[in-house]
Amino acid sequence: MTSPSFDTIVDGLSEVDCDVLVIGGGTAGPMAALKAKQKNPKAKVILLEKANVKRSGAISMGMDGLNNAVIPGYATPEQYVKEITIANDGIVDQKAVLKYAQNCYSIIEELDSFGIRFQKNENGDFDVKKVHHIGTYVLPMPNGETVKKALYRQLRRAQMLISNRYMATRLLTGKSGRIAGAIAVNTRTAEFLVIKAKAVILCMGAAGRLGLPTSGYMFGTYENAANSGDGYAMAYHAGAKLANLECFQINPLIKDYNGPACAYVAGPFGAYTANNEGKRFIECDYWSGQMMLEFFNELQSGKGPVFLKLNHLHSDTVGEIETILHTVERPTRGLFHENRKTDYRKDMVEMHISEIGFCSGHSASGVFVDDFARTTIPGLYAAGDMASVPHNYMLGAFTNGAVAGEDAAEFALNHDFEAFDAADVKLEQARVLAPTKREDGIPPNQIEYKTRRLVNDYFQPPKVTRKFELGQARLAEVREDMENNMVVTNAHELMRALEATSILDCADMAAHASLYRAESRWGLYHLRTDHPDKDNENWFCHTLLSKQDGKMTSEKKAVDPYVVPVAEEEKDLYDKQRIRASA
Amino acid sequence: MPFAHSPSAVPVVVDDAKCIAEKGCRVCIDVCPLDVLRLSDETGKAYMAYDECWYCMPCEADCPTGAVKVNIPYLLK
Repeated sequence: MTSPSFDTIVDGLSEVDCDVLVIGGGTAGPMAALKAKQKNPKAKVILLEKANVKRSGAISMGMDGLNNAVIPGYATPEQYVKEITIANDGIVDQKAVLKYAQNCYSIIEELDSFGIRFQKNENGDFDVKKVHHIGTYVLPMPNGETVKKALYRQLRRAQMLISNRYMATRLLTGKSGRIAGAIAVNTRTAEFLVIKAKAVILCMGAAGRLGLPTSGYMFGTYENAANSGDGYAMAYHAGAKLANLECFQINPLIKDYNGPACAYVAGPFGAYTANNEGKRFIECDYWSGQMMLEFFNELQSGKGPVFLKLNHLHSDTVGEIETILHTVERPTRGLFHENRKTDYRKDMVEMHISEIGFCSGHSASGVFVDDFARTTIPGLYAAGDMASVPHNYMLGAFTNGAVAGEDAAEFALNHDFEAFDAADVKLEQARVLAPTKREDGIPPNQIEYKTRRLVNDYFQPPKVTRKFELGQARLAEVREDMENNMVVTNAHELMRALEATSILDCADMAAHASLYRAESRWGLYHLRTDHPDKDNENWFCHTLLSKQDGKMTSEKKAVDPYVVPVAEEEKDLYDKQRIRASA
Repeated sequence: MPFAHSPSAVPVVVDDAKCIAEKGCRVCIDVCPLDVLRLSDETGKAYMAYDECWYCMPCEADCPTGAVKVNIPYLLK
């Protein structure tokens, strides 16, 4: 019944060129594109998006607040750097975090000028809330549902060149190793677009479709399912290095709904995470690996399940929380509770932990970037959830996107186009179109389901070496099926097939990186039963994963000397998440 | 191997009486991050062609005539 104008596979290839290509129009991408254009108004900047920039990315429907706002009077950049260093067990490139912390306030002011309002108190000051273990960084956004619209207005004003419904599939590099552009495929026609670019910025979101939700649906409710790890896979195949992928992202979510519980919103009003006795068991609801480990332990114990508790709060307070939680970011949450007749005033909300993913927005697994958002490939940048600056959330995507945009514009000014081998385009066309050439085989949803089911079975922490090895062997079989037997009948399915290849690449990287780091670190995120202890002597370092001579390889990278010192007695503050029994 | 199609109750429902796709409106189809909405050849109205949803709601929020409703699907309920 689908209209023939949609999804029919068309043979075609066009070529364009630009100074700066931004891939991904969610959060970091629009800001990167705007800043590149501001930096050099003469530059030709293209913003490429798999969906439509109007509503794409993790903040499609909006966001309820800034989770990491460093605002003068409430916190200093140095305090923030220290907190994030401790929350990450010390494995942090502080220079990049410090730059974020120093820049983010001016980005808040700029977002304010876009019409995105932030909560202010009766004195007219920003109304910042404490959610982190040590400092105060959470700033509510009362009209957070307008974020994407405000961004789109800015893109229109700047007359940005936008290509919607194009999915980038591979990066092009030249002989010198420099970036040369990207190859993309139209998600509704399968026509190819080759974009030659002097600089490329990857803003392609998390790998949020890695583990499989238990709901029976392939897509969860937490992460925009379009964030299938395409950026991680593309960076990998281009030869870029990826940092600390074993530091998985695992979130506390509302059970069954699979969406965010938003303790960051409800917490400052007095809500908290509780066990089946209605008691607190963690000191702080800020997401860290250590917090998630206590969450996991409580779920497994006789005191599980875990709940978000609001039923001790005044009815008016609950009303205020409901207004935020049910209108901004994920409005279907209200509908979910309504169906079950859950009333926050009476009932606690049952929670669970999510399947695994990669996301620097919340943990630390991303394409390695320095404090200029530069990857290890000259001319290639990354920002947002897929870049390695840890815990950077939405404001980090905006702030580091801005850094990337400015530096990329500068890079494009100083470099000409890098030549690439036309054979690379031919090879990629053949790879992409292979599932369209088959009459028979396995559909992409089954390839994806099997990959992700294996991820759950074998890679979900606690990580067991033997299980990882079995999982790798099974995934190798899926890869063979994917490469030789995957079949699609239209362009939409082809997009899903290409996403399935990204997901499988991410699954392989998750396993490889996890087996490399022979210790336990970051609480639940990298809890290895065969190496249960933290081993600072051998593993106080980043790990970098990359493709070397066609093979997946991992290496250590020393942690750069701190620019903000952390005192010995502060280093393990995040290890003490469990509420101690009172004497 | 031949394919089978298993039935699945979809979350996004379009009220044909309110949908103005025949006047050229494509808002819900345009904004969907997962590109799951299409025009029906039979009715000329928008409908959910692929059951691949994350319940984000721009289709409902941006529809100019209030024709689109996002429901919580059975398995999540």
